[in-house]
Amino acid sequence: MTDLRRTCLYGLHQELGARLVPFAVYEMPVQYPMGVLNEHLHTRSKAGLFDVSHMGQVILRPRRDMASLAAAFEAMMPVDVAGLPVGRQRYGLFTNDQGGILDDLMFANWGEELFVVVNAACKEADTARMADALSDVAEVLAVTDRALLALQGPRAEAALASIAPAVTAMRFMDVITSDSAYGALWISRSGYSGEDGFEVSVAEAQAEPFARALLALPGVAPIGLGARDSLRLEAGLCLYGHDIDTGTSPVEAGLTWAIQKSRRSAGGFPGAARILRELAEGPARLRVGLRPEGRAPMREGTPLFAAEDAADQIGAVTSGGFGPSLNAPLAMAYVPTALATTGTRLWAEVRGKRLPALIAPMPFHPTTYRK
Amino acid sequence: MKFTKEHEWLRVEGDLVVVGITEHAAEQLGDVVFVELPEVETQVSEGDEVCVIESVKAASDILAPLDGEIVAVNDVLTDNPALVNEDALGAAWFFKMKIDDLSALDAFMDEDEYKEFIG
Repeated sequence: MTDLRRTCLYGLHQELGARLVPFAVYEMPVQYPMGVLNEHLHTRSKAGLFDVSHMGQVILRPRRDMASLAAAFEAMMPVDVAGLPVGRQRYGLFTNDQGGILDDLMFANWGEELFVVVNAACKEADTARMADALSDVAEVLAVTDRALLALQGPRAEAALASIAPAVTAMRFMDVITSDSAYGALWISRSGYSGEDGFEVSVAEAQAEPFARALLALPGVAPIGLGARDSLRLEAGLCLYGHDIDTGTSPVEAGLTWAIQKSRRSAGGFPGAARILRELAEGPARLRVGLRPEGRAPMREGTPLFAAEDAADQIGAVTSGGFGPSLNAPLAMAYVPTALATTGTRLWAEVRGKRLPALIAPMPFHPTTYRK
Repeated sequence: MKFTKEHEWLRVEGDLVVVGITEHAAEQLGDVVFVELPEVETQVSEGDEVCVIESVKAASDILAPLDGEIVAVNDVLTDNPALVNEDALGAAWFFKMKIDDLSALDAFMDEDEYKEFIG
């Protein structure tokens, strides 16, 4: 426990009564006194403030021009970088030669640079990977002196606009930089809750006053990683290391929407042989949503069967729990493509009993992105 | 009322023992969203997993504190699992069991000892 890292908001979390737990080598708030269930519902109805400073922020500064950086970045993933307009952000996936997923990420075009946000548990590996692959075309600069906060929910816009008025003009996945009383804010209109909202990078020295200012606004409450997980699960969003990893391809994961048309023919990214074949022929299995018919949650690892008395396991739950907005259990799982049709009844083995669950469309809860 | 190291409370009611979980345990679990109760007339041995409690975050068990027979369960919890967080020491009892010798309860902690136990 002694070598766990802390974000610059650790003291504030303690003061707010957070329960702090180890997460990706950081000591992070899993919940505040409000509790996971009410924090989740609060984010959906008002606004939730999340400390996501454990995530990796990286600037890619081109040595020559943006075009050569974009081309080299495209060689790392099956995603259109060259076509991303200035001021826009896009979801990306680093793939390996087998077509598995090394990490998922967000990248933004700042005009003169790209700004990348990667998962906490992968940030050292991702930074090294980018430094290696992009060394000829860009400086890879890990941002280590800035916090990252997410403000999510229907009141997020009004709250953040009181500090950075320009956010009201932003659409989903727009990025801006805005001068404020808390220094330069790097803002994207995005998040991982299924709600409209923002992620804001702020200098560490200003992060705590910035967070306190937001928390003082009507409807804004601090939200922990517990509710972050149930919110993203209801939104049908993948958690790296659980729903996607080096053993799953983007096509199996149902992330083909992240592979733009310009990347679907020529290849030129790691794992192209498999990924292009799966795009053409369909994958052998797919990530699906599951709605248990009873009340018992089906957790990660729960084995799935095609029939109540079937001998052979056909898949497994990769994320599962209880959805406070659904007021029902929910899960994600991988199942053979032939069974991956909405309404198909599967059987999950929970504590030795086979319990029915229906394949369901995702997101489980409607998203409210400001498109 | 007596307390176990597994954070259950035990209360004598006539010749039966009523079993629930402590407020400390309920707080540690967080919001309870699912409860699975045992069948009545089940014979259980000390340490058997007799109930499942699931919070938003995780699943945990209630163990039988003693050998005996389950004679009643609190079906209200199946429909309203949140009662565990609202009234852990009262309305949210889990089951009642019949044991051979009520004096076996003497071995468990009293309230002061339990408070010391949870620090």
